[in-house]
Amino acid sequence: MSFVTIENVFQTYDDRPILERVNVEVDEGQFMSVVGASGCGKSTFLRLLLAQEQPTRGQVRVADAPPAMEPGLDRGIVFQKYSVFPHLTVRENIIAGESFRHRWGRLFGAERRDALTRADETLVRIGLDHVADAYPATLSGGMQQRLAIGQALVAKPRILLLDEPFGALDPGTRLNMHDFLQNLRAETGMTVFMVTHDLEEAFKLGDRVLVFDKPRWDPNDPTLYGATITYDFDARDGGIPFQTLKEETHVLHSA
Amino acid sequence: MRLINIKPGRASASLLMLLPFAAVLIAYAIGSEIRLSENPSDKLLPAPGTIWDTAVRLTTEADRRSGRILFWHDTWASLKRLGLGIGISAFTALVIGLLIGLLPLMRSFLSQFVAVLSMIPPLALLPILFIVFGLGELSKVVLIVVGTLPFLIRDLSQRTLEIPQELLVKAQTLGASSWVIAIRVALPQVLPRLIQGVRLSLGPAWLFLIAAEAIASDLGLGYRIFLVRRYLAMDVILTYVIWITFLAFVIDWALRWISRRTFPWMETGL
Repeated sequence: MSFVTIENVFQTYDDRPILERVNVEVDEGQFMSVVGASGCGKSTFLRLLLAQEQPTRGQVRVADAPPAMEPGLDRGIVFQKYSVFPHLTVRENIIAGESFRHRWGRLFGAERRDALTRADETLVRIGLDHVADAYPATLSGGMQQRLAIGQALVAKPRILLLDEPFGALDPGTRLNMHDFLQNLRAETGMTVFMVTHDLEEAFKLGDRVLVFDKPRWDPNDPTLYGATITYDFDARDGGIPFQTLKEETHVLHSA
Repeated sequence: MRLINIKPGRASASLLMLLPFAAVLIAYAIGSEIRLSENPSDKLLPAPGTIWDTAVRLTTEADRRSGRILFWHDTWASLKRLGLGIGISAFTALVIGLLIGLLPLMRSFLSQFVAVLSMIPPLALLPILFIVFGLGELSKVVLIVVGTLPFLIRDLSQRTLEIPQELLVKAQTLGASSWVIAIRVALPQVLPRLIQGVRLSLGPAWLFLIAAEAIASDLGLGYRIFLVRRYLAMDVILTYVIWITFLAFVIDWALRWISRRTFPWMETGL
């Protein structure tokens, strides 16, 4: 039984189709990269997964629960920017991952002390312990995204959604972030959906790469048809699917 | 070198800053001198020295009839009205602004209503306020509230709407309820805007205060100015005007200082 089931999903804004007939099943723990040209509904797809929007037709189910009506604890999200709370310090941002579900959005007494200890452990793990008391605006882009991912993971979501998380970072920082994300994934075994523009990144990190494109195209009215998943690559084992390599083949080494 | 690229140094910046103040003072002194040399009992432009003497007398000598130093009583009465009015206005605007900004239901319900209300000229309501609330303190405070509230509500609801949608979604994925989003995400981000809005509202608030005091009062800075107008006591009027300006400036400066101290995460000073 698949973990995330997307069944015959259509999404239309004001009669303008964005997504058509999207079907995909994802197992728990898979890393899904989502690529495609601009305006091909990648971000819409992510918003549907997040339950920020409801599909016009079809449904998105996670772990066989009924379709969610609004974003909740089971889905974590990291956007390209504005992903951390600017008015909270780095440590408070991490604690927010635990405290926001409570009635006052704060923790008190022993609970707070425990959360502080855990937050400091998390900060060490994501390499931000030296800036725990700084405000996010003073951090670099890469550090802010590390914080955003750490914050999302503290809430222990069942799936993690990344919307072009490294799009605004320089190439060197981006490579560090890849290592960071791969380590975190190895630790948590979480199901991840990542929208990206960078194909190399998509194949490097993903178990599967979903390509969004418009299967039909009317040159007189490009917005007439919506996009769907046109390719679903298995990106494991260096992109050679359905086989576990036993010997060194000297082909397709990822950098 | 282009004019837009010429920046003053520290010393010349200070000099440029002081220049208009000095120019006004000198222009006044010259005008006063000319008038007084023609007619020593001229009342329109009293000499700077006369104003200073009046200011010292007003702030130190008690009124002969009541035995009180009216200047300080006027100041206290006016500041009380102003503070009460602005305080009530700011608090109400914060609550309603957050409601409108965060809840689409409240936005449909109230935003057009507030937009229409804000078009009513508050001074046109002054007679109604006097009739309904009497000539006491209440009507003056209410005028300040009526005059500043619609602007503050619109400002704050707009600021709340400008909070990036991403942050609200993120908070939801961390399990925050609408209430937690309001107090832990929206409120802290809107508070510095509230201070900014209050700073902008202080001008109108003084206007409404002085207008209300001028019409019906027995104490207050605006009342005193309009009272001594009958005697053409320019020295008293000017003292009060300078004092009001000074108070407004200090309040503005204090609000900015509070904003900087309380919200260090706002990178740029407001």
